[in-house]
Amino acid sequence: MDLYEHQARELFADHGIVVPRAEVTGSPKQAREIARRLGGRVVVKAQVRTGGRGKAGGVKLAADPADAELTARQILGMDIKGHTVHTVMLARPVDIESEFYVSYVLDRAAGRFLAIASAEGGMEIEEVAATRPEAVARVPVDPAEGVTPAVAARIADAAGLPARTVDVLVRLWDVLVHEDALLVEVNPLVSTRDGQIMALDGKVTLDDNARFRHARRGDEADAGHDPREAAAAAKGLHYVKLDGEVGVIGNGAGLVMSTLDVVAGCGARPANFLDIGGGASAQVMADGLSVVLSDPAVKSVLVNVFGGITACDAVADGIVRALGTVRLTKPLVVRLDGNNAERGRALLDERAHPLVEQVTTMDGAASRAAHLATTP
Amino acid sequence: MAIHLTKESKILVQGMTGGEGMKHTRRMLAAGTNVVGGVNPRKAGRTVDFDDRPVPVFGSVAEGVDATGADVTVVFVPPAFTKAAVTEAADAGIGLAVVITEGVPVHDSVAFLAHARRRGTRVIGPNCPGLISPGQSVAGIIPADITKPGRIGLVSKSGTLTYQLMYELRDIGFSTCVGIGGDPVVGTTHIDCLAAFQDDPDTDLIVLIGEIGGDAEERAAAYIRDHVTKPVVGYIAGFTAPEGRTMGHAGAIVSGSSGTARAKQQALEAAGVRVGRTPTETARQVLAALDAGA
Repeated sequence: MDLYEHQARELFADHGIVVPRAEVTGSPKQAREIARRLGGRVVVKAQVRTGGRGKAGGVKLAADPADAELTARQILGMDIKGHTVHTVMLARPVDIESEFYVSYVLDRAAGRFLAIASAEGGMEIEEVAATRPEAVARVPVDPAEGVTPAVAARIADAAGLPARTVDVLVRLWDVLVHEDALLVEVNPLVSTRDGQIMALDGKVTLDDNARFRHARRGDEADAGHDPREAAAAAKGLHYVKLDGEVGVIGNGAGLVMSTLDVVAGCGARPANFLDIGGGASAQVMADGLSVVLSDPAVKSVLVNVFGGITACDAVADGIVRALGTVRLTKPLVVRLDGNNAERGRALLDERAHPLVEQVTTMDGAASRAAHLATTP
Repeated sequence: MAIHLTKESKILVQGMTGGEGMKHTRRMLAAGTNVVGGVNPRKAGRTVDFDDRPVPVFGSVAEGVDATGADVTVVFVPPAFTKAAVTEAADAGIGLAVVITEGVPVHDSVAFLAHARRRGTRVIGPNCPGLISPGQSVAGIIPADITKPGRIGLVSKSGTLTYQLMYELRDIGFSTCVGIGGDPVVGTTHIDCLAAFQDDPDTDLIVLIGEIGGDAEERAAAYIRDHVTKPVVGYIAGFTAPEGRTMGHAGAIVSGSSGTARAKQQALEAAGVRVGRTPTETARQVLAALDAGA
């Protein structure tokens, strides 16, 4: 889960990292009030979970409270790479002497975290790494040791950062570990004219798997996605809304991803990703069908289940019973294969629902569902 | 032969007395697996009957190893206890820990994988279906009755895609199928399995299944180019996945321009790997490659 900048800023502050004074609002009128409290001149920053806000016009300097209101009005509602701006953060400007880059990222291949640091902050780090790779230090962190002051000193030294950044490097590691983050990034980390080291902008990605350790952490950061995603999540289903017209339900993340690809290969577009997991009980199937059918863009639904752990007759039974509780409004193409496939198919044949048809192969079923969705 | 798991493997199940542990221990036993015990400190000293097969419960992994000579553990404990379970297994000198548990925090995985590495314990997973050497043994939840023993080796990030390919190629059969798991950090990689299959005299061809996220497939491609002489057939899932969204598996995410299915396919093809467009076409390519080699 990616946090908004203002949420990252709060986490940094909680761990003793100096951040600029700032407040968040969704109202231009309040923006004026906040600007007044912060001393008049403020930076107005769109709160969206994507990069490139500056280039898109989502970060602007306002000269006074009236200008802050006007600027907030411009930025709120703006679309930045498909993300609508619902809130802005107003921050007191900082007198910058120099800008640095620091982050801890997960090195998936090595199975540990990597410190990335550069004395050339403020720009996209990928750009710096591409044009001047020698300006970017990459230091693996031993998971048993963590980032001690000595390790932080090595990171700072490797990147050419001033020794005054060591404290922030240690505290940033605390953020990573104590908040169960997969990424913490400060860009830029600045040295101010009055000698402070301050985190001016930041990005934090939290590990969804660690939620059980952070009871107070809400789901609010996930809001803003499709309402069907929220409905599915409430039922414990993993659903991702896509742009197409073929609804897809399957068991297992890999098989569902593969099903989306095969549908796309048949000339249609998948409307969603929905993994109902190994069980595929009647309730789970009914919940899944309800969510997929609630999407008005869906023209046909493909259920692709491989019976491995759960046998196909149990899955077919789940579908038949789900058809008793969900009103089917679109054609449903079912592909059952694997254990007890014959018995499962027979169960569905017996039910003989006029909108349900079976195709025994995955490629054939995808092609049929694509045809049903794209033929007027 | 097979890799990492044979009929000689003696298996402990951590979390055997829980719901999933009971269900899958029963299935493992039915497939002929040598399950020698379960571990649960609160039920130590008891035995659990699986269709008239009594399996003892030990208070710790170390006790289980002392009593049975177990060399493999399968971990079904909940996410909050997985780090402790794997750490305990590594400290007890277990050679292979297969971690089925889904939802393990990444910081925990990083910690127990580092610990296991120091102790010389191989970890498969977490968030994986485990592995099967058909006709010999199952460590985990891979169904044993959808394929037969044979000479194909398979390594995959995805459980159900593994089952799909096992089933499509059931008339040929498999030496070992390894589900390495879909988490961002896993103990055993595609490369580890490629190396083992290359050295396994009972494997003639390798199927590699990957998906979006990270660069494990690109690394595997480079390894294949330099070290693998056996034919490799690949499949990648997730061409239609949108950027920045997690697709079911915690590790299945395209970040910016990295981790795309296209890049993985191109890397594999550049290394001489045939990559199927669908699972079924992948199975056909395996048959064609075996025919060409025969």
